[in-house]
Amino acid sequence: MATPDPTVVEHVDRAAEPTSTSTSEPAAPLTFEVKNLSVWYAEKRAIDDVTLDIASNAVTAIIGPSGCGKSTFLRCLNRMHELVPKTRVDGTVLLQGDDLYSNSVDPAIVRRRVGMVFQKSNPFPTMSIGENVVIGLRLNGVRNQKFLNERLEKSLRMAALWDEVKDDLHKPGTSLSGGQQQRLCIARALAVEPEVILMDEPCSALDPIATAKIEELIHELKAHYTIVTVTHNMQQAGRVSDYTAFFYLGRLIEFGPTTKIFTNPSQRQTEDYITGRFG
Amino acid sequence: MNSGRTNNHTWRKIKSALASTIAFVSALLVIAPLGLVFFHLVANGASSVNWDFFTKLPKPVGVVGGGMVNAIMGSLELLGLASVIGIPVGVLGGVYLAEYGSARVNSLLRFVADVLNGVPSITWGVVVYGLVVLRFKGFSAYAGGLALGLIMIPLIIRTTEEVILLVPNGYREAALALGVSRWKTIVHIVMKTASKGIITGILLALARVGGETAPLLFTAFGNRFWNHNLAEPIAALPLQIFTYAISPYDDWHRQAWAGALVLVTGIFCVNVVVRILTRGRTASLV
Repeated sequence: MATPDPTVVEHVDRAAEPTSTSTSEPAAPLTFEVKNLSVWYAEKRAIDDVTLDIASNAVTAIIGPSGCGKSTFLRCLNRMHELVPKTRVDGTVLLQGDDLYSNSVDPAIVRRRVGMVFQKSNPFPTMSIGENVVIGLRLNGVRNQKFLNERLEKSLRMAALWDEVKDDLHKPGTSLSGGQQQRLCIARALAVEPEVILMDEPCSALDPIATAKIEELIHELKAHYTIVTVTHNMQQAGRVSDYTAFFYLGRLIEFGPTTKIFTNPSQRQTEDYITGRFG
Repeated sequence: MNSGRTNNHTWRKIKSALASTIAFVSALLVIAPLGLVFFHLVANGASSVNWDFFTKLPKPVGVVGGGMVNAIMGSLELLGLASVIGIPVGVLGGVYLAEYGSARVNSLLRFVADVLNGVPSITWGVVVYGLVVLRFKGFSAYAGGLALGLIMIPLIIRTTEEVILLVPNGYREAALALGVSRWKTIVHIVMKTASKGIITGILLALARVGGETAPLLFTAFGNRFWNHNLAEPIAALPLQIFTYAISPYDDWHRQAWAGALVLVTGIFCVNVVVRILTRGRTASLV
């Protein structure tokens, strides 16, 4: 067990129903250690003093109503939020002990270690299925065709897409169905062999069958990767995640093992949100 | 009551018919000039467009026949020189506007580009005359190419910027999230996605400057013979048309008509290529 982080307890104490048992810290080893993270978009504070540890080889789900800062938090884990002008970050994010926000760190290197899958599947329209998968390696300087082919097959297999597309690798990535496109995007993210995969509502544009496939995939991927996923779908969080963090108005209200958050939340707001009384 | 309603209805029908008639006539007025120009060019020039026209040099006054091969090649060379300046500067400028640059710098740049697009083309000729021709003591293909290239820059900047802004942000994010650098993302993802649109802008700019005469008067100057040295004056199709059209000789007039027909047909062809390139535009977004 990791030592309980005093800041989390203190944070929870500030919430409506004080309790010291609401945060069960994930077991070591940890992939991310987020300490006192605050984020501003211009003058607007999007994340307010969040402290959170993310366990390795586990799925951590981030839930909360729209505008609660869950996507912003996710994007802070690979510095994608920096694409929005006038953002400011305070606090630290450690990835395997490395400070992501240290001045000497190149955001491109951070993103190579922390991959991302987006809400809307976005295979590159000018490229074939095969090119889409290996483009990250190519643009990072890999030329060896044999290596690229091996990585292509491996990534597509891990994304459970190989059997469906192995004969159509030259076809445009955009010719696939919505669910296949999303798995193609997952394969593309896997091809650069990141340590972590961030998923920003990866199923919200998919039908139930495609969603089930992605969820199954998430379950398989956690053997090799640490996964952090944002979701609007409470049932999905319950099905796929090991840990759940509930955000509200930019603050972390409650964090702990998913079973506990869903069956016995210690915060009133968490319970209200999960049972559908607001949000 | 009932009749009043009917009257009202009739009056509305009349208004509607009137409006659509005016719109139709206006549309005809738009198309008519192209039809008239083309008809006139074919009527006067078609008889002089023959194999000789594309293969022979101009003949001296009084000798019937000859062609404009030097002017056609000259125009192509000038467009080549103009492209060397106009395409890189224009495309990179458009990329800067769309991808980098602060809002204030961008609005200034856009304003400048729009003003430059409105500058009469002869101004560019005079500017290049002052900057290049006087300094190097002579008209040259380089000077003509520079004048045309300068006209192309603001045109290409604006079209490139527009098509790059059409590329959905999701593609940029996807590439950056793979750990690809900003510059590589722009070149290999964004510009590749927008390439059809960028090429379209370049072709339209070439079609536009290909027909320019005024900026060449003080720069390329024109030449009745082959140009073997880009530092010497060079012939261009619009210039040759101009020279022949204001001459007092009937034979030259016919050649001028033929030249104009060839030029308009060439520009027409470029526009057709542009239409083909942009046909699937809504489907592939750019």
